[in-house]
This record gives sequence, structure tokens and C-alpha cells, in this order.
Amino acid sequence: MGRKEKALTPVKRIHGGIQLEHLKNTAEVETEIMPSPGTVFIPLSQHIGAPANPIVKKGDKVFVGTLIGEENGFISAPVHSSVSGTVKGITDKALNSTATVKCVEIESDGEMTPDPQLKPLKIKSAKGISEAAKKCGLVGLGGAGFPTHVKLLPSKDSNIDTLIINAAECEPYITSDYRECIENVDGIIAATYLLKKKLNLEKVIICVENNKPKAIKNLMEVAANEKDTEDTVKLMRLPSTYPQGAEKVIIYSATGRKVPLGKLPSDVGCIVMNVTSLAKLYDFITTGMPLVNKRITVDGTAVPSPKNIIVPIGTPVKAVLEFMNVNIDDVDRVIMGGPMMGQPVASLDAVIEKRTNALLVMKKGARVNTATACIRCGRCKGACPMNLAPATVETAYRKGDISAYQKLNVNYCIECGSCSYICPAKRPLTEVMRIAKSALRRQKK
Amino acid sequence: MSNLLKAASSPHIRHMDTTTGIMFDVVLALAPAAVYGCIIFGLKAVFVLLVTTVTAILAEYLWNLILKKPQTISDMSALVTGILLGMNLSPDIPVWIAAIGSIAAIIVIKQMFGGLGYNFVNPALAARIILLVSFPSFMTKFSEPISDAITSATPLADLKAFNVKTLFFGMHSGCIGETSAFLLIIGGLYLLVRKVIKPIIPLSFIATVALLAIIGGQDPLKYILSGGLMLGAIFMATDYVTSPTDDLGKLIFGIGCGIITFVIRRFGSLPEGVSYAILIMNIITPLINRIPFSRPFGYKEGKGL
Repeated sequence: MGRKEKALTPVKRIHGGIQLEHLKNTAEVETEIMPSPGTVFIPLSQHIGAPANPIVKKGDKVFVGTLIGEENGFISAPVHSSVSGTVKGITDKALNSTATVKCVEIESDGEMTPDPQLKPLKIKSAKGISEAAKKCGLVGLGGAGFPTHVKLLPSKDSNIDTLIINAAECEPYITSDYRECIENVDGIIAATYLLKKKLNLEKVIICVENNKPKAIKNLMEVAANEKDTEDTVKLMRLPSTYPQGAEKVIIYSATGRKVPLGKLPSDVGCIVMNVTSLAKLYDFITTGMPLVNKRITVDGTAVPSPKNIIVPIGTPVKAVLEFMNVNIDDVDRVIMGGPMMGQPVASLDAVIEKRTNALLVMKKGARVNTATACIRCGRCKGACPMNLAPATVETAYRKGDISAYQKLNVNYCIECGSCSYICPAKRPLTEVMRIAKSALRRQKK
Repeated sequence: MSNLLKAASSPHIRHMDTTTGIMFDVVLALAPAAVYGCIIFGLKAVFVLLVTTVTAILAEYLWNLILKKPQTISDMSALVTGILLGMNLSPDIPVWIAAIGSIAAIIVIKQMFGGLGYNFVNPALAARIILLVSFPSFMTKFSEPISDAITSATPLADLKAFNVKTLFFGMHSGCIGETSAFLLIIGGLYLLVRKVIKPIIPLSFIATVALLAIIGGQDPLKYILSGGLMLGAIFMATDYVTSPTDDLGKLIFGIGCGIITFVIRRFGSLPEGVSYAILIMNIITPLINRIPFSRPFGYKEGKGL
């Protein structure tokens, strides 16, 4: 503990945004560790970019942390075994998306023996940090799944001066980052100062929404730490407005810089790291254990006692629900992620991935919204953080006027869901924005 | 297979506000002024309001029934149109004319253009103008409140005869729902609190009229409190469908309404300019909506993807 500090307030406030019920039911429940499931299916593609190449075959003996898939190109990430046991094969599985994904099927021996070859890393340079993130198999754990080593690699033209630690967690229900802040504050402190030193950053801004007083208190220990001799690590309290944690939004709030279309945070001198990703990177450097499990929030109307659990990556959703005592017959919908941006899972055979941060399990009998005519109230426009006009895009879509998409700037959409959420006529605006975006992409090809 | 799950595109939660809810808020906001009109003008006003609302709902119901379209009367937009039209009529109007007004509003102005969300002018307002043009003598006959026998001039025809207090609280002749500025403002404040409307259009509309009244040597307070200005500015000009969606667009719309209202009142031969002003601005709205007022976040000219 160091000196007393005051939290910063946002430099800029973004247009739009919406107020959501927080529903952080699991915030004060301690995280539990789920025991090893019988079999895991570890997808070789859990990130944006090329799938990993499998390097194991049927019958191979693996441990927790054993490399089973190597990265394939620059924008890719390696994959490790999350259990100890025997490889049963490499299978194509239809998971959360429409396409099939290659998965390594591993039968657990129930021992969860760590790989004896794992050992701590020595970081010498800025490049070493990126190298470590790659070896760890780290991807954006906030949900995007972008390989972390890519954004940590300093390129010649970009002049990165600021690290933004994203602990906003603006989606309802999800508390996995919050629990990280409560249960692993020492790890966050160590990780912050390691990165700051190795990447030679001018500034670190830890961003958290003001609806999490306990996390603010803990993260203040990071900012007010005696290691911060130059007073460059700051805590910022953000308003609890969705989508505060979206990358472009949080950069604008923290620094006032706008990331232009098609550009990366590094183009405006920023690295944004989710607080759990940051802590995991440090854990990997000190223990050598790569990203093999994930803290996820399991909540929703069908969950009798919602809480955060640490789950081996590749665990089938069904096994998680059984561990959580969910009555499977009662389940109507399962959403991987938050209620605003999460992906629905098509079957309970879907598995927990690196980027999964929550499972929302909903009971049958929820109210069904039927769309009625647009009354042009303009609420979608008012809610859009990117300042777009979703209802106008929807009109163009209904008319089949694809040429209007470019003029309506649909490619700026971050698919946060605010427009659909706020629409009193319950029109599927976000869905149409997604369709329009992909139509525009196809047009450009 | 019990493992089959429902899958829908995100977001998976929705705000509780619905179109019906918004319409119900408008009905609640109109209620004080409408009830007051019924009290001061008596049973005949109740009857006019009843006929306009019932006819409006019935017209929409039958249109959907005959054309085999999904029934839409439960969204309450027809109810709002009916009440608004009734409030815009003289309490002395023959009820068959009131009924024609409702039919014109719902069938001709609203449903023929595609129903809710597609009409290009405000249905109640356009119906009022249709009636004004078709039945001018019935539409411009107003009786005094309470003692209903005497037919007198409305404040607009003779501003000097009324004091500000009478105009503000509404104890004077006029259309059923337009006389009490006080109760209309209360309704407007309710809509603001409920975030149904933004204050831009009413404020810019009324302020423009007041400003021009001062320039034109009139008493601005009397000028804005008389006629249908409050009812029009708060409840008709703010109609979502027929007003711009952008804040700047709304400002242009409000100022435009104000200018046209003043010009018609001051130089025109018509008794009332508010209806025509809003109607004209309704028609211009699609053009206003085409002005690109705002740029997306992080926009750079000519730098698309």
C-alpha cells in the first residue's frame, strides 16, 4: 500500500450508450474450481486468425499445459491441453458457430497432473513480453479473442505510450473480471508494473465502472502502489453506461483519442488489455502454466445457485450445467457471453473456449418479443455509440437497397446491440446491421 | 432430442418500453387537457371525443379485417389519433363531421400509406385540415365555455379581449383540447419526464413564434397562449413519424413551424396557422432527414474501409 490517490474521471464521453440493469448476482460469491470433466474437446481455433496446427495424435499422453496445437502464422495462437490424459483423436465438431471446427479430443485421467516441463520465463525485452503472450496462447479474454501477442508487439511506426487495463465489464450478469480483481489483486499489481517496465510505457490507466466499489478499492492499490515511483499508473472510474468496455469506447473515455475505422488501438498509441488477460500473462511468466482454464460466470434463470467457476478449456457446456445442478430439461437457451453481445449455443455439446467469460442459461417460458412497425422515434440513433442510424439501415435492407450501406457507414458498427435493445418496436436492428456489414464486405471483394 | 436449444441473434435482452407503452403515455399526457375541455364545454365535448376515438379505432379495425392484415389496434396509435383529432375540433361540431374526420385520418392519411410509421403527415392534423377545407362554417364556430348558447370569437380573432391568466388556464372559447395552456404544458412535462419526447421541437417552435410576435409588435405571451399553438407544438409537431430524428433536424423543424405559424397568423386570411405550419414541415421532414448532421465515431472524410 502506498499513498492516497484520487480516481480519474473520463477525459471524454461518447455519444449514446444505454443504461442496463447490472444483474451482477454473482459478484460476491467466491469462485469455485470445477473438477476435471471426463472428456474435453479443445478447439484449434479459439481466436481471430488462422487455426492452430495439431501436433498430437491418437494415443498420445498429455498433461495439463502440454502444447497440442502450434500457431499457424502471425495472427494465430497456440493451444494447450487443459487436462492430463490420453488424446482420443482429432475430430471436426460443429460448435458455437455455423462452421465446423477441428477439436482435439482428450480423455481425462482425472489427475490434472501439470506438464513437468513447464517452467517460469525470463523476460528480457519488450519483445519478450509479446513472445510470452504467444507461448501462453493468450487471446483477448474479454470476449473478442484477438491474439494478445499481436497487440503487444511494438511495430516501428506505432508509438505506444499508454496501456489501458480494461476492467469495465459493462455487460449485465458477468462478474468474472470482477472476481479476478477481488481474488487476484497481487497478480494484477505485479503484472501491471512488469508490463509498464518492459514495454517502457508512459502511462497506465486502469478503467473500471463505478458500479464496482470493491473492485475500485482493490485496483486503487494497484495505482497507489509504492512501485509506481513516477506516478504514472492511474485508476479511472467510468460511468456504468453500456458499451463502456468496448475497445474504441474505452480508449476514447480514457485518453480522448479516436480509433479511426479499420485501425487498431496501437495506431493511436494505446494497448488495451482485459484485466484477466493481464493477470494470466503474469501467471504464465511466473509459473510457466499456459492458458488452460477460464473463470466463467454461470448465471441465468435456469441456474439454481449462480456463481463463477474455473473450468478447463474444452469442457462441454453440458458438463458445466451438470456441475451447476441445472435441470437440463428446463433449459431453453444458452448464451456464451453476456446478454448484449453473447453468442447463442446451438447444442449443449458446445465447449468452453478461451474467450468465454460467461454462460447464461435461460429457462423455458421467457417473453417473446414480436416486431412491430418502426415509428421513427430515433432511439436507436440516440443509443448508437458509433453515431449511426440503424433504423435507416433497416429501411434500406427491407428495400434491398444494398448501395445505401456504404453511405450509411454500416462498417463502423461494433455490433454492441444497443439499437435492438432500446427499440420500442422490437425490431432486429443489430441483426440487420450485421447482415449489412457482411453484404458490404462481400461487395468490396 | 432434448438438447435442441433456441438460438437468436444478440442482444438477448430488450428494454421494457414498447410502442403501445409510448402511445399510452401520450394518452395519459393528453388526458388533463381533454378532461378539462369536457368539463368546460360539457356533454357535447364528451360526445365529440367519444365519436372521434371510437370511429378511429373502428376504422383501423375494419381496414385490417377487410384487407386481411394483422390487427394493429392494440398498439393504441389509433386511439391517440382519435383523441388528438377530437381535441382539435370545436365542441359544437356535428358528430357526423367528427366521424368523417376520424375516417379520413385513419384510412386516407395513415392506412393507405402503409399504416403506423409510414404516414408522411400527422393523421389527426391532416384530418383537421380536410374538415376545415370541407366544412369551414362548422369548423370555425365556437361557443363560450359553461354558458354554451353564445357563440363568440376565439382569442385569436380578438386578442385584446382576453387577459393572459384566462388564456393560460383556458376558461375561454376554442377547440375542445386547446384552451388550457397550463394543462397542455403539464402533459408535455410528463412526456419529457418519461423521455417520450425531447424538448427541442416544442421549445424552438414556441420561442420562434414569441420572438416574431415581439418583432411584429404583438404581445408575445398572449400570442403563444392562444389558438392551437400549445397543443400543436407539444403533441402534434413532436409526432415521431412525421418529424426529423436528428436533434439539429428537430431544431430546423421547430423554427420552421414557428415562422410559418406567424406568417399565416399575421398576414394570412386563415384564422389559424399552427395546423398548416406543422403540415408543411411534415412534408419537408424527409428532406431534412437527408441532411447528414452527424458523422460516425472516428470518421475521416474519404477514408472508408
